[in-house]
Amino acid sequence: MLLIDCPYCGPRSEVEFRCGGESHIERPGPHGEVSDEAWADYLFYRTNPKAEHRERWLHAAGCRRWFNVARDTVSHRILAVYPMGSARPESAA
Amino acid sequence: MSGFRRSSGGTTIDRGRPLSFRWAGKSYQGFAGDTLASALLANSVSIVGRSFKYHRPRGLFGAGLEEANAIVQLEAGDVTVPNLKATQVELYDGLVAGPVNACPSLAFDAMSVNGLFKRFIPAAFYYKTFFWPHWRWFEPAIRHAAGLGVAPSLPDPDAYEHRYDHCDVLIVGSGMAGLAAAESAALATPDARVLLVEADAVTGGSLLSSDEPIEGATPLAWREAALARLARLPNVEIRTRTMAFGFYDHGLVGLSERVTDHLPPRERHGARQRLWKLRCGRAIFATGAFERPIAFAGNDLPGVMLASAAQTYLRRYAALPGRRVAVCTNNDSAYETALALHEAGIAIAAIVDSRAEPGPAAEQAKATGLRVIRGAAPIQAKGRRRVAALAIGALDSARATETIACDTVLTSDGWNPAVHLHSQSGGSLAYDDGLRAFLPAAAAQATASVGAGAGIFDPGAIIAHASAAGRGETCPPPPSSPVGPGRHFADGDLAAQTAWLDFQNDVTVADVQLAARENFRSVEHLKRYTTLGMASDQGKTSNVSGIHVLSSLLDKPAPAIGTTKFRPPFDPVTIGSFAGRSVGGDLMPLARGAAHEDQVGLGAQMEPYGGWLRPACYRRADESEAQAISREVLAVRRAVGLFEASPLGKIEVKGPDAAEFLQGIYVNAVRSLKVGHCRYGLMLNEHGIVHDDGVFARIADDHFLVGTTSGHAGAIADTFEEWLQCEWPQLRVMVENVTTHWAVMNLAGPKARTVLAAVGTDIDLSANAFPHMAYREGLVGGVPARIERVSFTGELSYEVAVPWRYGASLWTAMMQAGEAHGITSFGVEALMVMRIEKGFLHVGSDTDGTTYPQDVGFGPAMAKKAADFIGRRSTMRPDATRDDRRQLVGIEVTDGKGPLETGAHVLPADAVSPGGSEGWITSSAFSPTLERPVAMGLVARGASRLGQAVRVWDLGKWREARIVDPHFYDPQGEHRDG
Repeated sequence: MLLIDCPYCGPRSEVEFRCGGESHIERPGPHGEVSDEAWADYLFYRTNPKAEHRERWLHAAGCRRWFNVARDTVSHRILAVYPMGSARPESAA
Repeated sequence: MSGFRRSSGGTTIDRGRPLSFRWAGKSYQGFAGDTLASALLANSVSIVGRSFKYHRPRGLFGAGLEEANAIVQLEAGDVTVPNLKATQVELYDGLVAGPVNACPSLAFDAMSVNGLFKRFIPAAFYYKTFFWPHWRWFEPAIRHAAGLGVAPSLPDPDAYEHRYDHCDVLIVGSGMAGLAAAESAALATPDARVLLVEADAVTGGSLLSSDEPIEGATPLAWREAALARLARLPNVEIRTRTMAFGFYDHGLVGLSERVTDHLPPRERHGARQRLWKLRCGRAIFATGAFERPIAFAGNDLPGVMLASAAQTYLRRYAALPGRRVAVCTNNDSAYETALALHEAGIAIAAIVDSRAEPGPAAEQAKATGLRVIRGAAPIQAKGRRRVAALAIGALDSARATETIACDTVLTSDGWNPAVHLHSQSGGSLAYDDGLRAFLPAAAAQATASVGAGAGIFDPGAIIAHASAAGRGETCPPPPSSPVGPGRHFADGDLAAQTAWLDFQNDVTVADVQLAARENFRSVEHLKRYTTLGMASDQGKTSNVSGIHVLSSLLDKPAPAIGTTKFRPPFDPVTIGSFAGRSVGGDLMPLARGAAHEDQVGLGAQMEPYGGWLRPACYRRADESEAQAISREVLAVRRAVGLFEASPLGKIEVKGPDAAEFLQGIYVNAVRSLKVGHCRYGLMLNEHGIVHDDGVFARIADDHFLVGTTSGHAGAIADTFEEWLQCEWPQLRVMVENVTTHWAVMNLAGPKARTVLAAVGTDIDLSANAFPHMAYREGLVGGVPARIERVSFTGELSYEVAVPWRYGASLWTAMMQAGEAHGITSFGVEALMVMRIEKGFLHVGSDTDGTTYPQDVGFGPAMAKKAADFIGRRSTMRPDATRDDRRQLVGIEVTDGKGPLETGAHVLPADAVSPGGSEGWITSSAFSPTLERPVAMGLVARGASRLGQAVRVWDLGKWREARIVDPHFYDPQGEHRDG
């Protein structure tokens, strides 16, 4: 069970959080101008790396804020935590 | 001959407190501080179990968690616990236990004939022999014959609890290394909280049974002094009966605390066991080591025991396994046992050492007068129900050169450090050629292994190394002193057939050879093919021995074979402990409406709906459920009914961009909605699938009240937050789920207006002033209320929301005001019948995970809206725009029979076989209003097939029906205006 350093509440156990999957995915639009391929890519295709992964988490049983996490999918080490909306930093490792 | 108790001694028993207990139907005496195992040994009980597969008689093998034979069923009835190890059951007065796998008795086991056929039931016998359909005939008998204890058939009366804890330094194990590490950690970092956990009831680990002096003191004296020093350190806490069973990510450790297991059941209060989820800054594993048994023919005979176990029984419990003992070893540790037994007056028949040059320990033994046989190994234990003699021979020969008369054989093939927690934490392992065992290597988290758990056995070295680890320093472990070789079993050696490796799962050297011959050479394949190490002890004493056999057979070094993965739990943990308090009604507590008690008083049949306990219907004494539902429907249609709608989701959306935000949420247009009005809205997920629906009201320009389906409010509020925070952070909007702030009473029926007026309100209720789909605020019965004129029944209907605490009184006021008008309380089932009569969509019933809005009639609404919304692009994908999609339609029966089954398939009118389904019935009811069945269904191209005849098939029965418009009742909507 991960220990996640919520940017608003500090380190709390994973059970309080919900993972929202890969972060920094841009929603294409407007809807009338998006190709089927681009939309399918947005909906279904993820990088799934065996390495550092940027994902978004919700502190569901806490402050109810979403934020970004850089996590190593092999060691489960959390390399960085940064607020939603801030630019994707370079590798945090 | 078999075990007995000395008249004095025993470091952990209290001779002043004798206890009575029953084993396998007979009464015995033991002492406080005994385990069930030590008490059985002291009472000369030689056979403690029957083996898993062959039902061979088995005696005590170990003294701790490694015990593989003495698997017991503790107590009877609802408190019974199967599959405990006798070595971990603390004796209490009145304890009742028995073996798990003996039928009809331990002494005579009807199944032991399996042993005669041993050569016909090798590894993978079941895989090779029993195939469907024959397996079903054999399965019951085999399940009866093979297996362990009996699961309790009654509900568990015990309570379990979960606790969370944090510490800076966790020490697992309270032996020499654990105590030294705890002390140095506490001294080095006085601000740090140091927690030491010990699975045993008593701290000390091997200090309680060892004879080797430490820093000039006896082990017991050293332990006393160390504990006294720890007691003076305010930042150290020690918890006994607490086992660290799992090490997870980021320093999370699972601890299982046995709170009352050591007490007689009648004296137990509170939680029986406690599951701790502990987060530690760093951890030090002082978990000790498990002694390996030696494989030889008949090594499972009662009387064959681990050398260290005999020493533990002697020192801790003054219990001895026999009177004439042969000791077989490949290392020095067993000599200590031999000398201890010798001093206790036990005859040591011989010490059989596999090493050609055993070293100083052997010299000391010889000087004491003991016979040491070098370069030799056991070949076969002889005896029927108990060891009577041991045949030995030269290490490199299968021929016996001597038979030693003895009643007990003690074996030591070296030690396996308990690397479980280190491995679970992600740490790597390295094979040590000297110790012939896997040692902890690189750590993956802030952990260190010390003591025997790190393969260190010299007291001075243990203390220096563990103290350094306690301070957070690393100190290279001293070089290990190598153990001697083991016997090589040639492939096909008959002795291999009764040379046991895994005693609990009945796996022999021959089984490993068979697996290797059949090319199951990977250690993971070996494990699954032979079940080696898959018993409840998870191979604590057998895995490494199995790897040695495979290594010698394949002529491949042990590290190249590797070891199987260590997974939690280290030792079995009761399932109830993981469940904690989340059992029965507390597993998923149900919410209750504001007027719950009143409804129960009216005879409501309460049932769970989406996390709420709600009235299904109100049955009168002489009514069936269907009759009650019909009565409630007709009362609403003809007069007035009252329904508590509090579970309907209510989310406040407020802010300058509230309309803009909801415009992006709903399929329907939002910006055009005027203040004081409501609109029905459909929400999709980003895949374009219908996700939720409800009515939203505009309270002010910048303020909306969003309604969701019951039980879905939390999820929808979360979705709103996710979109606001992650996708549209520029929108100035606040979202709050207020579902349980407001109790909602729904008055429905032609007399609803009259009854609401009678309750008393300052709101103008006239049809013109308060039309359908309008929202008003005011006082109702003197209480501030929010009213929506919306209707799921199809009748004139007011949903009156008041602050939750006024909900019950509003219910009462409405029932009283309605009495003169025949008001009838109605339940969820009547509401569902009325909405089917009206052809109203119910998300989740009439939609599934493939339903787009255009499939349920929202194509035109979408076409009218220009703006994007969640899921819109997905509704334009090729699959969503196929012209043969299933569409929601009404289905009318034409055969004059009763309602259709929900889920029944819809087929063309000329269908004669059920293949080629065109859809199915999604909602169905008998309409009391129309006095005929009504139904809805999702049918291919349904919207363009109104009037077409179809056939409906369900479980072999055919019905005749017709596709119709789903608005069965009041299609013009005249009734909803009263």
